Amino acid sequence: MNPISYSRAASVADALHMAGGQGARLLGGGTNLVDLMRKGVDTPSQLVDVTALPDGIDRAEDGGLIIGAAARNSAVAAHPLVRSGYPMLARAILAAASAQVRNMATVGGNVMQRTRCLYFNDVAGARCNKRVPGSGCDAIGGFNRYHAILGGSDACIATHPSDMCVALAALDGQVHIAGPAGERTVPLVAFHRLPGERPDIETVLDPTEIVVAITLPPSPFAARSAYRKVRDRASYAFALVSVAVGLTMREDRVDAISVAFGGIAPKPWRAARIEDALRGASLSPSAIEKAFEAEFADATLLPGNGFKRGLAKRTLSAMLTELGGPAQ
Amino acid sequence: MTKIQNAVIGSVRTVIGWVPAGWLPGGSPDPLIERRAAIGRQASRLDGPLKVTGEARFAAEVAVDNLSYAALVHSPITRGRIMRLDTDAADAAPGVILVVTHRNMPRLGTLALIGMSDMSAIGNSDLPILQDAQVHYNGQVVAAVIAETQEQADHAVSLIMIDYTAEPAKTLFEEAKATARTPASVLIEKNHVTVGNAERELSRSAHIVDNVYRTPPHNHNAIELHTVTAMWEGDGLLVHDTTQMVAPSATALAKLFGLKREQVRVLSPFVGGGFGGKGMWDHQIVAVAVARMVGRPVRLTLSREGVYRIIGGRTPSEQRVAIGADAAGRFTALIHSGYSVMPPYGACPEQYTLGSRAIYDAKSFEFLQRHVDLDIVPNTFMRAPGEAIGTFAVESAVDEMAHAMGVDPIDMRMANIAERHPVSGAPFSQHALKQAFTDGAERFGWNRRVAEPGSRREGEWRIGIGCAAGSFPYARMPGANVRITLHGDGSATIACSAQEMGMGTATVQVQHAADRLGLPLEAIRFELGDSDLPASPMAGGSSQTASVAGAIIAAAEKLTGEMLRLAGNASPVAGLRAGEVRLTDGGIASIADPSRHDSFESILARAARDDMTVTAAGSMPLEMFKFAMHSTSAVFCELRVSDVTGEVRVDRLLGSFDCGTILNPKTAASQFRGGMIMGLGLALTEETLFDGRSGRIMNASLADYHIPTHLDVPQIDVMWTDIPDPRSPLGARGIGEIGITGVGAAVANAVFNATGKRVRDLPITLDKLLPD
Ligand SMILES: Cc1cc2nc3c(=O)[nH]c(=O)nc-3n(C[C@H](O)[C@H](O)[C@H](O)COP(=O)(O)OP(=O)(O)OC[C@H]3O[C@@H](n4cnc5c(N)ncnc54)[C@H](O)[C@@H]3O)c2cc1C
Ligand code: SF4
Repeated sequence: MNPISYSRAASVADALHMAGGQGARLLGGGTNLVDLMRKGVDTPSQLVDVTALPDGIDRAEDGGLIIGAAARNSAVAAHPLVRSGYPMLARAILAAASAQVRNMATVGGNVMQRTRCLYFNDVAGARCNKRVPGSGCDAIGGFNRYHAILGGSDACIATHPSDMCVALAALDGQVHIAGPAGERTVPLVAFHRLPGERPDIETVLDPTEIVVAITLPPSPFAARSAYRKVRDRASYAFALVSVAVGLTMREDRVDAISVAFGGIAPKPWRAARIEDALRGASLSPSAIEKAFEAEFADATLLPGNGFKRGLAKRTLSAMLTELGGPAQ
Repeated sequence: MTKIQNAVIGSVRTVIGWVPAGWLPGGSPDPLIERRAAIGRQASRLDGPLKVTGEARFAAEVAVDNLSYAALVHSPITRGRIMRLDTDAADAAPGVILVVTHRNMPRLGTLALIGMSDMSAIGNSDLPILQDAQVHYNGQVVAAVIAETQEQADHAVSLIMIDYTAEPAKTLFEEAKATARTPASVLIEKNHVTVGNAERELSRSAHIVDNVYRTPPHNHNAIELHTVTAMWEGDGLLVHDTTQMVAPSATALAKLFGLKREQVRVLSPFVGGGFGGKGMWDHQIVAVAVARMVGRPVRLTLSREGVYRIIGGRTPSEQRVAIGADAAGRFTALIHSGYSVMPPYGACPEQYTLGSRAIYDAKSFEFLQRHVDLDIVPNTFMRAPGEAIGTFAVESAVDEMAHAMGVDPIDMRMANIAERHPVSGAPFSQHALKQAFTDGAERFGWNRRVAEPGSRREGEWRIGIGCAAGSFPYARMPGANVRITLHGDGSATIACSAQEMGMGTATVQVQHAADRLGLPLEAIRFELGDSDLPASPMAGGSSQTASVAGAIIAAAEKLTGEMLRLAGNASPVAGLRAGEVRLTDGGIASIADPSRHDSFESILARAARDDMTVTAAGSMPLEMFKFAMHSTSAVFCELRVSDVTGEVRVDRLLGSFDCGTILNPKTAASQFRGGMIMGLGLALTEETLFDGRSGRIMNASLADYHIPTHLDVPQIDVMWTDIPDPRSPLGARGIGEIGITGVGAAVANAVFNATGKRVRDLPITLDKLLPD
């Protein structure tokens, strides 16, 4: 038997003390980690349950929001402050998984969840650079419908599957990290790494560190924002493409804009080039098209995922056109 | 099937063709068609309360003393040999009782492949199981561990080290087409059938559609995993299984393990979904063999992934359908041919051209199926094997023809629906497909359809309506036996080995027996799911209800004779012969003078008998050979396609069925709806991702293999003609598989109506609907 020790951390200090050893993993809701253990993709020897850590959802001093890493996905989606101030986040979470999974899943676990790449998840039958560095990537010539068209590398084209993180990226979320050396904060958009030569290293989090909270600054987008997820069935499927958009308009020109994509990249993809191109512009089809091309010019399209470029463009255009219209 | 078998069946057909209809069973219709009381009434499933309260014990839940648990090792390579096998760590792992590989597995023969002539031939594969070092397909069982707990077995499996040398494998459908085989027959039908010269007629036709349609492989995903508990008691073998072939399993296991049939007992009172996937596969055989080796009961439950690895699903297909029509829209040629996978060690031919032979008239026909040989887990039957995907191709093609000619798709069908079997010329026993279309169109509101594709919009959504026909053959299997016991208190027990897979087998047969025996519903008990009971055939081909009903008819006749004899001279029915009485009001009554009535209770009491038992077999199903007997359907679909994303959302689905007598509206509606939901999966979401480079299935989980979720399933309306079939028991035909049939095309045709895009390869995923 692979002996596994299990302990439940009562505090952040406690968790830091227990975690960090070889083979130690933090356990949130377990909806991802336990599956990976069953499949043999991950083989920890020590589980540190972090669900007793702070799970509050509260207004922050700056008027923004602070969400404890142990907060359940469903609790975040249902919270009045989230629904009124960050409706896009509530919608992104509710578009994910199933009610049962969302009831278990924690915010920390969601940010840290691994890719759904079929080859990553098949220990016995497939080669995967993320699982076994240097072994090869079976997805590139295989089934890559769910894989990246931006930000991938020759080593790995896996996507980060989270919906929640796409909204967090669009909302300028900050990841609060505690470690042996103290606390630090990293913008969510800088938290996940692109694969490059080392697809096995997915985030900037050190194994000795833990995610303790996510904060969101006050959002100007509550009135005009949307999250749209495009998938292979109406529910309970990962995004082929998802788009989070927040807008404010001055007259009929874009004042502030935030755009992030899911399902197309190894990380939640904040589309800075689109934002730059559209800020101050009117939302004409040609302006949207030009902005989109700026972001997706160097997309790498494979037989299985090439359709996503057009799909992302159409989805974004439709959302911008709708959101840019007269405010509801 | 061989050419010889083909010839034999052909000549039986010919002989039966000469017999006058009146001589055949069903020559005079089953009297219960006119005289039904419980039959046709809404009744809840008898097994419902047991399942809701958790009292129903499925095969993985049966309490067994001293139980051990097994887990399997599956080959990750597709073809090759085991070169090195190291089980030391597994042998030494905690709780491990035995590690089994080809080295120590007892020598065993192979199963006889499923065949139509021997009902105990039930092998989905005739490959040896753990007999040698050869690997034939990816996922094949190469070792097993038996341990004290499931967790210990699962863990020990991970410690077994196997090195393989890989050999070149056939895994590419496109390449393997070059060496495809052309079988002489498909099930019991001749394979290559020609009527006239279809290619020539086609080329001369005023209107031609000629296209290739593709359907992907599918996997079985019954909610209950395959599971078996096997134990030896002395020389006897007891198997708790989840199977749609209880008695045939016992016979097959007896043969394989060199036992007498009486030494084997298979119990399967409840099956959590079958759909063709719950047959005999490697896991049962491994469990039985290792249970003998360890001298203890063994339970073997496949993981969900395990189901994908060793239980075959539906083959992929590539089908050409060509239709020629004259200027008036009458078909001049119908050609349906294609390729599907059937490895030489497999048995399921996926009869996608059989349904196409039974719906439309045409001046000429050609049907031909070819089998592609791949190194894969052998494909098997999956709800409406053949018809489910065959109708996708043909009914899409009919829609294409209607569009090309500017004719309403229903009018096009009405003009061509056959009045007799189009190929054999046999009369239909009963056939109201046209009425099903008319009634369905009316209820559905077909007249709201706008013929010009892409005409209806709501916001970003384009709305479309489509329809399709379905046809599924009636079957009543030979070899159905039942036992009826009349008890002294006037109640009755009906017993046979039939299978309850959740469709209401017991419920409906209790309704039947109540009417047949003239007893109230509460007075009937139905025992099933036990191979020690009189043998009934497998549940497959939508045949179980008719097969068991036929046997109950025979047993009731015998019972009538026995009870008349027992009644003696003092009885009010004395002197009457079997043909002059009927069973009614808890006893026997004269047909001519119903006041002459003697109750079962008093007959038994007078004879000082506790009970009366008869066993009988159903008559030979000759009606199938004399008449063309088909359940048919008209399926209607309304859906939306997003102009932005290509996503399809089905808003309404209606099935209008012509299946003879509907025995129980509640269970029938569930069968129809369930089939139609499976049809939605076939149309829109389901696809086994078979990696042609490796020969491995990559989406072996319910997260990655997309069956429809609740949100994908709209309100489904079902209706039926309820016209009894004068040639079948109770006037009923099968309803289990017609539901899925036609749905793929109805959806595809609605998508075309919505968008003007014709998708000819399933599933219709959104990328296929985006502009290029
Ligand atoms: C069938 C299914 C469908 C799904 N569909 C979707 C979907 O459509 N969209 C979507 O976005 N998601 C989907 N999910 C994924 C789901 O959102 C994640 O599984 C979930 O968010 C993970 O949270 P958890 O708390 O269960 O994490 P766990 O499984 O407990 O942990 C996941 C990872 O996070 C690490 N971790 C946990 N907490 C912390 C912490 N505080 N600090 C640092 N590391 C930590 C763990 O060590 C582990 O590596 C689906 C999951 C399943 C099983
Ligand atoms: S895409 Fe990445 S995760 Fe998937 S197989 Fe390739 S390396 Fe592994």
